[in-house]
Amino acid sequence: MGDQAQLLPGTLDLLILRAVSLGPLHGYGILLRIAQISGNALMVEQGALYPGLFRLVRQGLLKANWGTSENNRKAKFYELTVAGRKRLREETDNWNRLATAIGAALASQPEEA
Amino acid sequence: MTFFETLRFRLGSLFGRERIDAEMDDELRSHIEHRADDLERNGMARREAARRARLEFGGVAKFAEQSKEAAGGTFFESVIGDLRYAARLLKKSPGFTIVAVLTLALGIGANAVVFSVMNAIILRPLNVPDPQSLYSLEWGSGHGGMESYLDYLDIRDRNTSFDGLAGYNIDAVGLDTGDNPTRCWALSVTGNYFDVLRLQPYLGRFFHASDERGPNSAPYVVLTYSYWHTHFADDPSVIGRVVQVNKHPFTIIGVAPQGFNGTLMMFNPDFFAPFVDEEQLGDPGVLANRGVRGMFQLLGHLKPGVTPQQAAADVNAIGEYLVKSYPKIEEAPSFELARPSLYGDFLGQPARAFIAGLSLLAGLILLAACANLGSLFAARASERARELALRMALGSSHARIVRQIFTEALLISALGGAVGIWGSVMLLSAMTVWRPIPRFPLSMPFTPDSRVYLVALVLTIVSGFLFGAVPVKQVLRTDPYEIVKAGSLRSPGRKFTVRDLLLGVQIALCALLVTSSMVALRGLIRSMHSNFGFETRNALVMDTILDMAGYSGDAVPVMQKKMIEATEKIPGVTAAGLIDWVPLGNGSWHDANIFRDDATDLRPTNAFDAPVNYSISPEYLAAAQTSLLAGRNFNWTDDKTSPRVVIVNAELARRMFGGTTEALGKFFKLTDGARLQVIGVVQDGKYKNLTETPQTAMFYPLLQAPSSETAMVVRSNRDPQELTTAMRETIRGLDPGLPAPIHTWSETLGLPLFPARIATLALGVLGAMGAVLSITGIFGLAAYSVSKRKRELGIRMALGAQRKEVLEAALGRAFKLLAFGSAAGLILGLLASRVLSVIVYQATPRDPLVLAGVVLAMMLLGLVATWIPAQRAMRVDPVMLMRED
Repeated sequence: MGDQAQLLPGTLDLLILRAVSLGPLHGYGILLRIAQISGNALMVEQGALYPGLFRLVRQGLLKANWGTSENNRKAKFYELTVAGRKRLREETDNWNRLATAIGAALASQPEEA
Repeated sequence: MTFFETLRFRLGSLFGRERIDAEMDDELRSHIEHRADDLERNGMARREAARRARLEFGGVAKFAEQSKEAAGGTFFESVIGDLRYAARLLKKSPGFTIVAVLTLALGIGANAVVFSVMNAIILRPLNVPDPQSLYSLEWGSGHGGMESYLDYLDIRDRNTSFDGLAGYNIDAVGLDTGDNPTRCWALSVTGNYFDVLRLQPYLGRFFHASDERGPNSAPYVVLTYSYWHTHFADDPSVIGRVVQVNKHPFTIIGVAPQGFNGTLMMFNPDFFAPFVDEEQLGDPGVLANRGVRGMFQLLGHLKPGVTPQQAAADVNAIGEYLVKSYPKIEEAPSFELARPSLYGDFLGQPARAFIAGLSLLAGLILLAACANLGSLFAARASERARELALRMALGSSHARIVRQIFTEALLISALGGAVGIWGSVMLLSAMTVWRPIPRFPLSMPFTPDSRVYLVALVLTIVSGFLFGAVPVKQVLRTDPYEIVKAGSLRSPGRKFTVRDLLLGVQIALCALLVTSSMVALRGLIRSMHSNFGFETRNALVMDTILDMAGYSGDAVPVMQKKMIEATEKIPGVTAAGLIDWVPLGNGSWHDANIFRDDATDLRPTNAFDAPVNYSISPEYLAAAQTSLLAGRNFNWTDDKTSPRVVIVNAELARRMFGGTTEALGKFFKLTDGARLQVIGVVQDGKYKNLTETPQTAMFYPLLQAPSSETAMVVRSNRDPQELTTAMRETIRGLDPGLPAPIHTWSETLGLPLFPARIATLALGVLGAMGAVLSITGIFGLAAYSVSKRKRELGIRMALGAQRKEVLEAALGRAFKLLAFGSAAGLILGLLASRVLSVIVYQATPRDPLVLAGVVLAMMLLGLVATWIPAQRAMRVDPVMLMRED
């Protein structure tokens, strides 16, 4: 695990939603998926994932079902609800706007400021 | 999550705390094992991989705890939290809480009471098997049910629609079970009565149709359960005991089932006896005379498949036959079928109309209560705008805040509902033991049952949501940033709202009710002291039926004369006289058709008039202080051997002969052709009820029209208590077996005054409810406008406004509504007094005391309602307000 960025507060939820949006995953699977889609740049501390998952379930953005994993083990699989899909879209747009704005601001030249 | 999943999750989290903990452990363990699998795949030994995975994960317990927190407390816990918070808020403003709870208690209580009454007398059928197929017969536009015994026999035997037809009558009888003759109420019922009703005795046996073998052939008594319970202490050995009914030996053969009190709602007889004994039970001649309608009601179960219309047609065909057979007696038939319990439609129709009216009223009261609470809640929401805004800004969701508001509303409605139900149960149980007319065994079995509680519960919940919903829109529109900046909700303008209109109507109704109840009360007080054509003060009435003590024929007047003579000898008695029925006494009277002296066709249609008639002893007029205007009084020589004479009242003299003096010496005829000579004219009086228009009346001498009904009027200035004792001893000296209750004459006015008393009471109660509702309504409006305009008031004060101006600004609208509403209500109330005067004698709106009373009451009401908001407006501190922002 090489160059890793610190997670901004509040971004964990967005990452979980995004990870799960590609298909039902269990907790460990979500961690792997986040690492994979961020090109191993973002690592989530393993235990810290679960409070996030439970929070999203309570908000009705995720739903959870017990199933059997690819390793043939019992695991709880998470998937997006309709509300979760909607929230993911909104949050993604927000993030993109924010990122573009921050990026533009940081890229500006001294004389322009 | 779908609704059901949510529910399952919530219920799961409510009851399955431990299961959830276990699941969480499973999930974390599964995670660690998956990690270990990965490490193993990368070449690590399993044991090492497992250790490493656990280390990497960190503190399982810590994350489990955090996860649990993130999953939120259980639903149950958060509801408890909401409740605690709501309770704290309500405790913080006890004034608001008390007003809100009382308002709602009133609304819920009123509905519970009205529904109980409806449940008891309309929804709940008679306590017999198969009540849905039980019908009674009624006829004519008046929905009467009286039928003669011979007609009953014809209808019973000729109809093909009823599975047996029974009939009954009501008799007041003397019952002596030892040496205690008391007046009791019996249902004299046909032999098939219990079999037609499909009842089984609680004890012993019933009598049956086979026991009827002609007049007085079945001297049997079946006690009601409650009479057996209260008078024989559940003693089973009473079966077979011989008791004296009107001095005739009867045998107790059974006890009716518990809860069966005859077939007339609210009338609770003491026992049942066969109708064939009616001669001994007090109504001689009913068995053999087709013209005497001596049966109170006929009833029976319809055969399966027969509709009420078919049955009515069937009975009407029998009626046609009877008219053809007995053209002089029978009238054209017009039978209908109705439910027996409220005496068919005779009482049923007005009762249903009355209860429908009451339900509507109770519904309106609850609705008004909800509207008022809604505005109180809105006022609170705007008071708390800052707090709500802060909570929203801190991330509380709208849903959470709305839930909090509803929790508060439901908490109030639960408290209000509890108080309301408690109050209505108190009231209903008081009504259940209340004997409105002591002479009659009437009671109102309004004990609430589970249906009543269910309705009250539903109403409680619905009204909680109803008034809780009022501030919701306002809260949802709230923009936290605006509020934190500006400090209050934007006021929705000063336009006249529906809520204002509603409040105005409430105030008007309240003023209307207050006016009406005061008019009624004044009328009632006046009518206690008005001139009835006899003087009720300083007079006692001893009431008996000589039949009950076995007197009959010529023995009756002999005994009556003895009673008068003995009573007159009691020291302090100035006069004692007899009359068969006291005027205004118990709602009963006799009237008889009279014909001009030259009339030859004496059919009912040809009658000149039908005056109320009484039989009196010569001493009666003096004892009653009814003044003789002209002519002479009766004396004891006006007997069967002398020509028939009559005393008429001034109204009859005027109508028939054109004046008091003109009437003297003239004659008129009765249906049987007897000629009566008018020998005297007495002043007019009230005979049937207090509000009647002048009524014609005539008096026969006791010896020419004997009656076993005996009411002795005794005039004396002695203490009624003492005199009662003396009279009782005197009567016992004459005949120890004669039941003779003694009352003051004023007490016997209970019945004629009953409608007026009930009307006054009802109006008073409704007026009080209206007042409470108006108070909460005005309070809500005033509180709302004060809290909304606090800033403005503060600025005005800072700019030097006087207290008066501030109050005007804060409470102007409330007072305007109060003034207009009261004026409208007062005018309506005065108009309504015309209607009221039908029920309450001498109810008149032209009474300065009433006008002053209403104005005073409404002003007081306004003062009470605006006191707290006014105080709050006055306490507005400009400095504090400015600093707050």
